[in-house]
Amino acid sequence: MSMKTLLAAAALAALATGAQAQVKVGMITTLSGGGASLGIDIRDGFMLAIEEDGRDGLEIIVADDQRKPDVAVQIADEMIQSDKVDILTGIVWSNLAMAVVPSATAQGKFYLSTNAAPAQLAGKGCHPLYFSVSYQNDNLHEAAGAYAKSEGYSNPFIMAPNYPAGHDSLNGFKRFYEGELAGEIYTELGQTDYAAEIAQIRASGADSVFFFLPGGMGISFLKQYADSGVDLPVMGPAFSFDQAILQAVGDAALGVKNGSNWSKDLDNEANAAFVAGFQEKYDRLPSLYAAYGYDTANLMLSALDTADVTDQEAFRAALAAADFDSVRGKFSFDTNQHPIQDIFIREVIKEGDIYTNMIVGTAIEDRSSAYVDECSM
Amino acid sequence: MSPILIAEQVLNGLQFGVMLFLMAAGLTLIFGVMGLINLAHGSLYMVGAFAAAAVAGATGSFLLALVAALAAAALAGALVELVVIRRLYNRDHLDQVLATFALILIFSEGTRWLFGSFPLYLDIPAWLSGPVTLPGGIQYPLYRLALIVLGLLVAVGLWLLISRTRIGIQIRAGENDREMIAALGVDISKLYTLVFALGAGLAGLAGALVGAIQSVQVGMGEPVLILAFVVIVIGGIGSIKGALIGAVLVGLTDTLGGIFLPELFKLFADPATATATGSAFASMAIYILMAAVLVWRPTGLFGART
Repeated sequence: MSMKTLLAAAALAALATGAQAQVKVGMITTLSGGGASLGIDIRDGFMLAIEEDGRDGLEIIVADDQRKPDVAVQIADEMIQSDKVDILTGIVWSNLAMAVVPSATAQGKFYLSTNAAPAQLAGKGCHPLYFSVSYQNDNLHEAAGAYAKSEGYSNPFIMAPNYPAGHDSLNGFKRFYEGELAGEIYTELGQTDYAAEIAQIRASGADSVFFFLPGGMGISFLKQYADSGVDLPVMGPAFSFDQAILQAVGDAALGVKNGSNWSKDLDNEANAAFVAGFQEKYDRLPSLYAAYGYDTANLMLSALDTADVTDQEAFRAALAAADFDSVRGKFSFDTNQHPIQDIFIREVIKEGDIYTNMIVGTAIEDRSSAYVDECSM
Repeated sequence: MSPILIAEQVLNGLQFGVMLFLMAAGLTLIFGVMGLINLAHGSLYMVGAFAAAAVAGATGSFLLALVAALAAAALAGALVELVVIRRLYNRDHLDQVLATFALILIFSEGTRWLFGSFPLYLDIPAWLSGPVTLPGGIQYPLYRLALIVLGLLVAVGLWLLISRTRIGIQIRAGENDREMIAALGVDISKLYTLVFALGAGLAGLAGALVGAIQSVQVGMGEPVLILAFVVIVIGGIGSIKGALIGAVLVGLTDTLGGIFLPELFKLFADPATATATGSAFASMAIYILMAAVLVWRPTGLFGART
């Protein structure tokens, strides 16, 4: 084959792909290491919605950030500059979101958050092209704080990893709990041994324990806590008791209360279809991360139905309308483009051989975020 | 801060150190005897944990799971030595690092392919679970106590092996002069495979023991590997005694630093800032310790003087 025909073929191929994919979506998420179960659930939930929709002209590029901010930044640059994506999504961890989102939106790309939503991006750092479909970081912790107050706990020990979402977590808890604390500590992100922290809890004279430890961190802590002989009641956000954690922890988590904006038993049509569809396709129960992925994809698809992604004003308005069937039932965006939604309290139960959660009450109705007034949009 | 809390934290540091020792002992032997930097040592730790979780799931026996972990990791180690490592002894360290880094990726993806990305369930057996009350009223998990005892037993066993047996003599001789012991008729390649399998088996055992209180997941070995390298640098490369003392030092520094540094900062800063900066400094503590030891003794505490 001569050089000329080769070039012509390449040009044709480029044209062909160019014509096929009108909208490109880049998903940066954690698919390896201790946080992999979160990213995999986000991806699977997202892809389920895309497959159910089945439209042409949509290309999803998925890449693994390994929970490393530098890797995430590198992937984002590649997606923006060489893949020329229109929309970015998928980041699990707030420190990665802080490294990627501001620069992506500054380069004129939409970012739809499937999970991480740090305070900085909900308040002063809000941006017209940034939407959080999941929550604002503080929300689920606020629910746990409200629960602690309503239960009459007067001296909880609170703990979270030392990264943006960890700070948001403890701030959120304190905002709605409002009382005295027995202790407040930040652990390392990715820490696996909590013997030292458990000893501090034992010595602190606390009457309850609130902790935010997603993924493998939660598994380690709960197993060690159960074995330590400290039997104070524990509570936390849903992240500390997600589907993957519960299966690895077993009986130790039964009966624990946690704050969540989603649960598999939420009674609405979209949720029933989502839970059934997810189980059928992946042969496991979805977690809340999968629910956020699914909602994000459906929100994006609903906006693509009414607006062209290249017309940023129109597409932004279409997203803000939130005209899709959320698995969370009630769902709308506040002015800082973070959700207004109900936050529930769930309890860990056992269904047959499977550990899961069930809703036992509503902690906060129509919760927006604490930082909405700081956002000047 | 009560004495009970301090005593409990010292036990925690000791337990952490003893588990680090199991990792570092293999690493330091392999480095000392064969002159090989084995980054894939953390993968063998993971192999042990997964083998234990799989066997415990199938049979329900924790002891069988430990045996399986030891065997699977030793077997994987021997296989890796025969297939890959053997070709690297005469290469420089950069080639070794590259090849063993590739092994990490292969092990991680292979494990993911076999077991999936979700953490596995491996629990403490009923007869080791729950706390016991120690003299002085300290409540401490029985399992962690068992880890300390087991780790110290392994240390004694290793010391006997190295100092009192024929194989031990060969290992020590191999450390000093590999050409000479080959000339004396010792099958050096068999010895290398054995040492590698021994180191791998210890890493696998550590993975299984720690997996029962943490989570068994892909990539669990790498953070421990970094600490194990710190341990052997502090202890002196090739020295089992150095590995034990280095491991306990690192374990105690890490655990006690995490408790006392935030308390220290609370003396002159508000609690929130103190906690944040204190924990930041605590995570640096072991590296500061390593730097200090290296300034004082450039070859580590028990390293060969050159």
